[in-house]
Amino acid sequence: MAARLTRKPVPTSRLDAPTPPPPTKAGSLRLESALQLLQQSGMVLPDTRQSDPAGWLQAVVDGLCELSSRDALTGLANRRQFELAMAREIDRVARAGEPALVLMIDIDHFKKVNDTHGHAAGDQVLRAVGRALHECIRPMDTVARMGGEEFAMILPNCPPAFGQTVAERVRNKVQMRPVNVAPGVDISVTVSIGGAYAPQWVRSSAPLWIERADQQLYRAKQEGRNRACLEMPPVSYVSAEEKGLLFGHSQFQDLE
Amino acid sequence: MSIDRESTPAEGGKPAARARILAVTSGKGGVGKTFVSANLAAALARRGERVLVLDADLGLANLDVVLNLFPKITLHDVFTGKAELEQAILPAPGGFSVLLAGSGLVEYSRLTPEVSEKLLDVIQKVAPRFDRIILDTGAGISDVVLYAVSLADEVLVVATPEPTSLTDAYATIKVLATQQQRTGVRLMVNQIGRQGEGRVIRGQLQQVIDRYVTPQMSDPGSPFKLELLGEIPTDSAVREAVQKRRLLLELQPGCPAAQGISAAAERLMS
Repeated sequence: MAARLTRKPVPTSRLDAPTPPPPTKAGSLRLESALQLLQQSGMVLPDTRQSDPAGWLQAVVDGLCELSSRDALTGLANRRQFELAMAREIDRVARAGEPALVLMIDIDHFKKVNDTHGHAAGDQVLRAVGRALHECIRPMDTVARMGGEEFAMILPNCPPAFGQTVAERVRNKVQMRPVNVAPGVDISVTVSIGGAYAPQWVRSSAPLWIERADQQLYRAKQEGRNRACLEMPPVSYVSAEEKGLLFGHSQFQDLE
Repeated sequence: MSIDRESTPAEGGKPAARARILAVTSGKGGVGKTFVSANLAAALARRGERVLVLDADLGLANLDVVLNLFPKITLHDVFTGKAELEQAILPAPGGFSVLLAGSGLVEYSRLTPEVSEKLLDVIQKVAPRFDRIILDTGAGISDVVLYAVSLADEVLVVATPEPTSLTDAYATIKVLATQQQRTGVRLMVNQIGRQGEGRVIRGQLQQVIDRYVTPQMSDPGSPFKLELLGEIPTDSAVREAVQKRRLLLELQPGCPAAQGISAAAERLMS
């Protein structure tokens, strides 16, 4: 740094990068809001502000990163963190061809919970569902609250044969867990789940992958809720109807 | 590589100067896939393209048989580190280059991440030096075939008018459209009985695709397009060339089948 500060100024041109701002003294940083946020979230910082200012500042930054990747209500990953995890998974699927499943999970009739029991009860239900989902996952999986009553999961390396079982387990877990929202008041909620696999070997994109899972979620809602619908893995099976159309009005008619 | 096909155009920055990759596939075996790959390569080479045919049928390769080559060094040696890539790129009769897999590498019939990465690596290394790479894939819709196809810019499905071949070609197209988000493939109809049969067959396949495949695609608004690249008439000269293990375009460049292939090459270049 010292070398740069004493360097003879070079003639500036339009091509030059903008001059970097002068280095900031750690003491002049405005950290009050950051520290307040960290304190409120229950995060404990090391006691080294004086002895190791750089290490302490790093801990503050790490704490803020952690906060900005979590959903405040449930403590699960938030949408931002989920999209990062998806990007990582898309990389892996494109490179290694591992099967990966995304589940979109939506609480059924959540509005009714809010309307009947109040928003505090609604929040309790969201937290309880978040806990139940978290209990279903393996360490490599990511579960996130996407917003409102919608949650999502990424399950890396999940073979297509297991997808439905996994989704059913998640659905069951929520259903079997009544939430106590007030003395003597237990609410049972159910979830609808839509799932889609990443196209193997092909670099997908998060919006397209989520869109396909959302379509299945829509199907689960349409078919009566409290169920899990997964996109069928692509089949090379050709039905009799397809063959009929393929050969129906042609010179092959006699061959069929 | 074009393995970023599902991403938005903005994300998929492609290197400017590299070969266009054409995957040749069929579903059913024995419809002349390798015959088409080799002779199409010769026709393109004759028109000035630098062409490499890569034997992507890692399980049961037979490009060497079609071209009457006895390679000492194959893709297998490159994969296992026994030889350099350069040593495995061989000149073929017809003025193009080949990368042969060597027959009977059964361990590659299942695609492991290792094999796929090595294949991708090889393709990336040779791509800047050619105008076109033809991936001659294996029969069936195995994961090796699907992987090779996923690396390609365009896909050529080879079929014959036989119902079994058409069914398998259709099944392949269905998988490519729904699993790999392709929006179109080209079709080559081999062994046609009369002129125009290729067009009829394309029309029939397209009809079934419109009805059963397009609605299953991630964007059903844009229908899956099957384009006829060419048709190759049944021709006794083909049988002779195959028996003699010679390229049809060298042995009888003027015969109807060779003309069909040359016309397809013209269409591919335009």
